[in-house]
Amino acid sequence: MNYKHIKKFALLGAIILAWVASHYSGIFNPYWLQVAIFIGINITLAVSLNLINGYTGQFSLGHAGFMAIGAYVSAYLSTEHSVWLFKAFGGANNLSIGVLFIFVLIAGGLAAAIAGLIVGVPSLRLKGDYLAIVTLGFGEIIRVLIQNTDTVGGPRGYSGIAGYTTLFWTYSIAALTIYIVVSLIDSTYGRGFLTVRDDEIAAEAVGINTTRYKVTAFVLGAFFAGVAGGLYGHSTTYINPSGFDFQRSIEIVIMVILGGMGSTAGVALAAIVLTLLLEYLRFVSGYQWLPEIVRRIAANRMIIYSLVLIALMLLRPQGLFGRLPRRGAVELPGGKRKQKKPAVVT
Amino acid sequence: MSSAEFVQQIINGVSLGAFYALIALGYTMVYGVLRFINFAHGDVFMLGAFSGYYLTPRIMPHFQGAWTPVGVSAVLVLTMLICAAIGILIERLAYRPLRKMPKLTVLITAIGVSLFLEYGGQFVFGADPKAFPELIVDHALEHTGVLTITTTQVAAFIVTIFLLVALTFIVKRTRLGMAMRAVSNNPTAAALMGVNIDTVVSFTFGLGSALAGAAGILYALSYPSIDPLMGLLPGVKAFVAAVLGGIGNIPGAAVGGVILGVVETFVGGSKFSTYRDAIAFALLIGILLFRPAGIFGKMQAEKV
Repeated sequence: MNYKHIKKFALLGAIILAWVASHYSGIFNPYWLQVAIFIGINITLAVSLNLINGYTGQFSLGHAGFMAIGAYVSAYLSTEHSVWLFKAFGGANNLSIGVLFIFVLIAGGLAAAIAGLIVGVPSLRLKGDYLAIVTLGFGEIIRVLIQNTDTVGGPRGYSGIAGYTTLFWTYSIAALTIYIVVSLIDSTYGRGFLTVRDDEIAAEAVGINTTRYKVTAFVLGAFFAGVAGGLYGHSTTYINPSGFDFQRSIEIVIMVILGGMGSTAGVALAAIVLTLLLEYLRFVSGYQWLPEIVRRIAANRMIIYSLVLIALMLLRPQGLFGRLPRRGAVELPGGKRKQKKPAVVT
Repeated sequence: MSSAEFVQQIINGVSLGAFYALIALGYTMVYGVLRFINFAHGDVFMLGAFSGYYLTPRIMPHFQGAWTPVGVSAVLVLTMLICAAIGILIERLAYRPLRKMPKLTVLITAIGVSLFLEYGGQFVFGADPKAFPELIVDHALEHTGVLTITTTQVAAFIVTIFLLVALTFIVKRTRLGMAMRAVSNNPTAAALMGVNIDTVVSFTFGLGSALAGAAGILYALSYPSIDPLMGLLPGVKAFVAAVLGGIGNIPGAAVGGVILGVVETFVGGSKFSTYRDAIAFALLIGILLFRPAGIFGKMQAEKV
């Protein structure tokens, strides 16, 4: 059985497993159920950002903006427009909810994808630091725009969203995202993303349309972030622009960096680890027997995140599963060669 | 808008621009020497404000009455020294070990340092906004007719001009300044000429951070509510100002700061006032699309 079929079976298996888990989700502790849903959403976010940051080398710091658009668009559609859809399917039953949910999630994703297009095009000529700041700026602009839009609640947030998100939806979508991204990157067309990351000038020189790849990466990454945002909104039932700020973007970026930019397995794992770490820290901050200062640090997850980030860059910049740039193996300070030259050039 | 309002807005804009200029100078100097955007620079600005917050009640009681200006200067100078030390420390601990690593790694580290300063500040100082003490009593000057010019505006303006002149003197007339320019131009050749790169880099960071610290105090005088997250937005805007003027170019940073301050003030006074903060980003995108080298930058063709 070759690789292609394994992936399809894995996807199908994941969806079935998710459906089963969702069906019996009543036996799970509701707190851990919610955590599991967040893990699934974060996996989708991390994998989608990895497409932009890791595989295409475009350092984007505004991913929360795409998530926000997806969340708001899907929330607005599902609360305002559910009535006629339900009438068409004869009431709010499983089928009609399912159809509605797919519809609003895709709509949210498409809206986010359009935003991805708007962000991607000006970013074409930018590299490194400038790209980071511009994407940061876009994320903030999106947030400010939402904050100024009263139809979706503005700074007061948008409440009363129906809680359609289940384990099934979350993990099916996460699995689908992983499947699409991995299939894309492994394809002949998908190699183009990696070349844009590795050496843009060489890529242009051999005829790769770097513009198209960069924009595609942004659009696709934004689409999945938007879908994840929709899942998020329909899980927490209340969204607020300040929940999609730079801090949120950084959290997703940290998942990608920890996992290793350019490794889908790594970032998925990192998403799981970091979400669980967050919950663990919540517990730690409740342990009365720990000294006050440890508890306070644990309660402030951004301090931990920032130290993790700095330590990661100083000690293991490639993250868990990533690889340092291959072009002329990097001579790290200390004179050690951190990367073995392959015996055969692959 | 009447001409008096227009001039008033210009005055306010230049006043705001002075803060951005001081911070932008730090960005531009570090970029000139290291080709690296110090993401954490805005947070040094915040630390400057907090230094002032904690120093003022301890220093000012000793300098009452006619001695007040001396006290104010003491607070300012001490803050600048503290911030310079912080900047040098950050460079030593977080950036120097990564000097040979790909740019992305250092950028991520800078983001990490920035977050650490912000949320560490929340942890140490408390997340709630604090009231900055009145170092200079803020009131409008008399005899200015229809215009309103406050003492803090005048003080900020004078200090900024003084610091700008001092900086230009250091960069143009001292050996260290010459070393900075040399490293900015060609680090390898400078090293071959006997310039100690580490010293120059530390000095640059120290200088830039001192300016940011001064900006922090001046800003807190005009907008007396300080909190640990206050550095993020001005930091990014100052970056925009630096890019606007041509990153790596010192007079450019000053000019860029003033332009940004004026534009932002006019937008803030217009009907688009809620988009005040977004205008900086819009300017950035515009500049990067149409003239990425900035106003004073050289348009360099990318060598392949």
